[in-house]
Amino acid sequence: MSVLEVKVWRGGADGDYRGYSVPREDAQTVLDVVTHIQRRIDPTLAYRFACRVGMCGSCAMTVNGKPRWTCRTHVAQVARDDRLEIGPLAHLPIVRDLVTDMREFFDKWARAKGEFKPTASRRDDFARVEPASPARRAVDAAIECIGCGVCYAACDVVAWNPRYLGPAALNRAWTLVNDARDGARRERVVAVAGDAGCLACHTHETCTERCPKHLAPTASIAGLKRATAFAALRGEL
Amino acid sequence: MSARTETWAWLAQRASAALLALCVVIHLATMIVAVRGGLSAADILGRTRGSALWAAFYGLFVLAVAIHAPLGLRTIASEWLGWRGHGADAACTVIALALLALGWFAVAAVTL
Repeated sequence: MSVLEVKVWRGGADGDYRGYSVPREDAQTVLDVVTHIQRRIDPTLAYRFACRVGMCGSCAMTVNGKPRWTCRTHVAQVARDDRLEIGPLAHLPIVRDLVTDMREFFDKWARAKGEFKPTASRRDDFARVEPASPARRAVDAAIECIGCGVCYAACDVVAWNPRYLGPAALNRAWTLVNDARDGARRERVVAVAGDAGCLACHTHETCTERCPKHLAPTASIAGLKRATAFAALRGEL
Repeated sequence: MSARTETWAWLAQRASAALLALCVVIHLATMIVAVRGGLSAADILGRTRGSALWAAFYGLFVLAVAIHAPLGLRTIASEWLGWRGHGADAACTVIALALLALGWFAVAAVTL
């Protein structure tokens, strides 16, 4: 049986990588590797996961230098010469080992006005949204975000500008800007305008390249840039 | 800066970039034609002096540079040096005014 040589980040921000030997198995995911270390080698290892099937977005880590969802990343896809380096997500404070503090990430969703503001009550009829309409299709293209933070960890602008809302929060805002039922479009466009919002994006497309759900936050941000530009021209900012 | 002002600055930088793309092409083509045509400095000055068209073209070129470059430097100062706020904005305004003054003086020197 071959063995994987795995380096795992241990400790807080001033921690370091520690080496472990893990048996190589067929169809083994990176999350399997981390779980093996915690259950068979060192029970003090802290990491986060829940669903194990790519739905909850809680198991994202940095694997061989790139942010990835570990439950759906096979070792065969990423190991080089049977070696893995697993660390916490970048651009977020480390709580311990592989666990990051996601508060700032989700606070930015709130700052981007990422909550739905209904315009109808339960007594009103259902809204009728044409499935083939451009707005509905724009929502479809961006709605499947699971909030894993991979795009946020991959984004250079997040590192350069700590106020930048980041790809996930802006992608969420774009889905609501296109939601015909939502009543806070204007406030949302104001919230995502400016240097901390969509205009800071350099269109590097790292978020789009790394998104495990194959979404394109860059396209959503480009849509928000158009929306904010037109809002400025109409005097709505 | 407010989000509104920042958005207008972003729009101004994009609009000035579009203008610069056009101005640079015309400027380079003019230079190549002038050099290949064997025009001396005196010949060139003879054509630019008193020309409202060249004064307007290069005046606009300078204006686009004075808008575009300081806004780009402001972003570089923010992202690479962590220099943000009123100090950085004031420095970029000074650079914009300096580019405008130097550029327009140069345009005046060859067109008036």
